[in-house]
Amino acid sequence: MTDILTIARQFIEALPFSRALGMELTELGAGSATITMPWDARLVGDPATGVLHGGAISALMDTASGASVMSHPAAPTSTATLDLRIDYMRPATSGQTITARAECHHVTRSVAFVRVTAFDEDTARPVAMGTGAFTLERPKGALP
Amino acid sequence: MKRPEPVAQVKSRRDSALAALVEAVPYIQFLGIRFDRRGDELTAWLPYSEMLIGNPSLPALHGGVTASFLEVTALIGLAWTSLWDDLESGRIDPARVAAGQLPPLPKTIDFTVDYLRAGLPRDCYARAKVNRSGRRFASVQVEAWQDNHARPFALGSVHCLMPESAQDGGV
Repeated sequence: MTDILTIARQFIEALPFSRALGMELTELGAGSATITMPWDARLVGDPATGVLHGGAISALMDTASGASVMSHPAAPTSTATLDLRIDYMRPATSGQTITARAECHHVTRSVAFVRVTAFDEDTARPVAMGTGAFTLERPKGALP
Repeated sequence: MKRPEPVAQVKSRRDSALAALVEAVPYIQFLGIRFDRRGDELTAWLPYSEMLIGNPSLPALHGGVTASFLEVTALIGLAWTSLWDDLESGRIDPARVAAGQLPPLPKTIDFTVDYLRAGLPRDCYARAKVNRSGRRFASVQVEAWQDNHARPFALGSVHCLMPESAQDGGV
């Protein structure tokens, strides 16, 4: 069955950098997306503890955010990050998969606003939280 | 009067310390980021590779690559500033640093990135500016550009928690 999740999953997993980081789209809603990234020794920022580098987690959160914009009912044709702010609450536990869930909570004619949270296997305590603004390209001829 | 240290020896000490700092972080090696040093000034350099693409149809660099490059440049820039002071004042032994016995890295508290234009499929450069480095907190600005330094493609602002040892004033 080639449902929208399958198409979106293939799309995300075809992006070279997302593929290099092992990202996998696991959920796609109307303006929401969840992407996972397994722990990998190559992505470690602190070899003494095995904690993943913040940059790898930022990359995951940016990808999940972009996917949530693309899945918005406004049906954008493309999107790009304008800005993203990420608060790192705690180090991600070594060896655990990171999951980022993004929600595109508001769109205007040309801008989408996103909230995104990253967890490891302890889903009660976020690893990082972010907010971002994204460009929104609407299909030609679409009403605002 | 004490004779000045031979320049080759000074350069070798500084370059070995920088190499040890950069090589200790697997994610920096994974992305392929290198650092060019002129005196205490560092320029980060990210050679283009196909893996870094996020939008194959444009093509453009992945936003996560840009974010990672800025964050790495900011953290290494900040760590290098304190390592430089420790090395030059003789507070820490350069041989131990070169052998990989490094002071702990600062930790990111928060990170903001402004994407000014799409990252093109070519090499990137970045420089960090430490605006404030206190005992506990630091604030670092970072800019990244490609062909033209006057046209940055991304700017970052990073707040960091300094490692415990630096807070105590110890090694």
